[in-house]
Amino acid sequence: MNARSRRPLLTALLFGLALAAGPVSRLASQTSAPTPLTVLSKDGRRTIPLTLVNNQEFVAVDDLASTFQLAVREDALGALTISYKDKTIVLTNQALASVAGRLVSLPAPAARAGRGWLVPVEFIGRALALVYDSKLELRKPSHLLIVGEVRVPRLTIRYDLVAPGARLTIDATPRAVSTVTEDNDRLLIKFDADALEIESPSVGIAVTPGTPIISPGQQSPLSLVLNVRQLDATTLGVELGPRTAGFRATTLPIDTTMRLSIDVMAAPSEAAPAAPATAGPAVSPDVPPSLAPPASAIQTIAIDAGHGGADEGVKGAGGTKEKDLTLAIARRVKAAVEARLGIRVLLTRDDDRGLPLDDRTAVANNNKVDLFVSLHANASLRPAATGATIYYAAFDAAPVSGTLAGVDRVPTFSGGMRDIELVPWGQAQTHHLNQSMAFAGILEERFHDRVTLATPGVDRAPLGVLESANMPAVLVEMGFLTNPAQEKQLTGNEFQNAFVQALMEAIVRFRDSQAGGAGGPGGPGGQSSGR
Amino acid sequence: MTKAAFVTAGALLVAVACILLLLAWPRSSGAPAATRAGAPAAPAELGRTIKARLFYVSDEGTRLTSVERDVPYAEGPEQAREIINAQIALGDPLVSAVPSGTALRAVYLTERGDAYVDLSREAVTAHPGGTLNELLTVYTIVDALTVNLPAVKSVQILIDGKEVETLAGHVDLRQPLAKNLALVQ
Repeated sequence: MNARSRRPLLTALLFGLALAAGPVSRLASQTSAPTPLTVLSKDGRRTIPLTLVNNQEFVAVDDLASTFQLAVREDALGALTISYKDKTIVLTNQALASVAGRLVSLPAPAARAGRGWLVPVEFIGRALALVYDSKLELRKPSHLLIVGEVRVPRLTIRYDLVAPGARLTIDATPRAVSTVTEDNDRLLIKFDADALEIESPSVGIAVTPGTPIISPGQQSPLSLVLNVRQLDATTLGVELGPRTAGFRATTLPIDTTMRLSIDVMAAPSEAAPAAPATAGPAVSPDVPPSLAPPASAIQTIAIDAGHGGADEGVKGAGGTKEKDLTLAIARRVKAAVEARLGIRVLLTRDDDRGLPLDDRTAVANNNKVDLFVSLHANASLRPAATGATIYYAAFDAAPVSGTLAGVDRVPTFSGGMRDIELVPWGQAQTHHLNQSMAFAGILEERFHDRVTLATPGVDRAPLGVLESANMPAVLVEMGFLTNPAQEKQLTGNEFQNAFVQALMEAIVRFRDSQAGGAGGPGGPGGQSSGR
Repeated sequence: MTKAAFVTAGALLVAVACILLLLAWPRSSGAPAATRAGAPAAPAELGRTIKARLFYVSDEGTRLTSVERDVPYAEGPEQAREIINAQIALGDPLVSAVPSGTALRAVYLTERGDAYVDLSREAVTAHPGGTLNELLTVYTIVDALTVNLPAVKSVQILIDGKEVETLAGHVDLRQPLAKNLALVQ
């Protein structure tokens, strides 16, 4: 008999001893009624009452039976058998359960209460979850039981005074995308989730819908945020004080958490005297210094996978083709940016085909994208050359007479004339060079420690695919395929993930800097701003 | 002075002016209108050379380095052809950013100071690619002319006599490019 076949025998033996010790005990201690357990599933939510005995939370077996279609039977020996389909859980008066032949421990034995039975709430996660068809996740501190694939991010909320305003930080774990909108004197934060688990700042106090989670306004009526409360299953409401002049929301993924930071700015007339009196944490360099009106957020970007079709681009020392590498990374960028940032991503090509440069830019121009990034891999005649370079457009050619941008008066259909600005196709980028340079700088900063940079890391060149882009545009040479070590790196998951992460952070920082006015990049990530 | 004598004097004056203009090349700022620099027009003078700065790939492979070389002297726009021929010849032991096998088909010059350098298709087909490499190739040609011939203000590369979008998918060659020494060490 091998070790594997010996285990059920041992389990049966131990459990037999437990059965011999006596039947399930009767509940004698006094009970009280703690916060009920909220069960969240695709079908909706319901609550199950809990009973507190000697600081241990119990749940009624009958309630579990009706919720999870369990059959309960008390046998002659006084043991309690709970069945789900063809699987059984047997409980005795010991803090043990035999779950389909496997022994698990419980913090307390099952107990009889009146005509029914109580089991420790941990029974759900430790015993029932092992036999149940759907995933059961018990989040005991927040009295949540999640059934099946329901997205319930856990939120932790913090409020800090940060001159010249205040910052609300909301961490959602696992990551959940959120949108922030303004509704009169409050902000609505809607999470892309099925429900929210809100960690209370006061230990032991459950957050219930409608009850303020935090109330800075109670400490000071001049507070920029009066309170934060849950409005519905997936929405938080932030009540703003009368001094609030505007806000800016930014997001930043950190491991499995998505951090939403909302910077709330004080009205200019009151900000000056209020700021020195602030006794909050140290001033963060991320604070937006400007109250400039917000620009439109970045909603769509274009990713151009360089080369394609017969044009294979650079051929690496180990045979990697530039056209394949750029397409693979472009697809990764699209998946990540769309899923995590909610920004639409257009690919100039999503298969192996050649495209003239103007056709690539046309995809971006015709769809009015807000940012254009062309991906390439570099080559050098010296195999040692290494590192990434970010290019923005240069216009080295002398302008040809008559092709400069200008304003023309044209007749309108309804009569009269109106001015229209004419921008030659090949010079559209001239209107966006400053922003392209700014994005290149942000991207270089985000590459730091993640993506090896060449010297210089940012450069300018008369690159055809950038010159006609009518939006901020850069071309990224991600590294040298002619360097055997870098070729290996470029084709690896580690580099590609780091590259995508850096690019994504640069996009949200850039969006932030655009929305925040001339103050330069603020907090990493961005969503929206108002007022 | 008779009318005939006046015409003769005028013709002589024009002829002298033309000779002076040709002698002044390459320092002259006025280039002949769309002149093709071809072998039959003005062959290089035997044995006489000029010093020209030519460009090669630097040791680390990311920049150009300039080297002074003797290039056969030629009169007028033919000098441009001599310089490009020297530039695209094997630079051994120096490494040229212009793909080996590339031949010069013709050089055209305009009054405005634009030069059109018509290269054979090997400049495209044998190009190893990459933005950096392509920049080095393009500016090797552009700078070789604009640095050594002050009359040349910008250079457009043609392939097999035709305008091309790029050599390797990056650098826009649809317009003449001005001198750029940012890539030179």
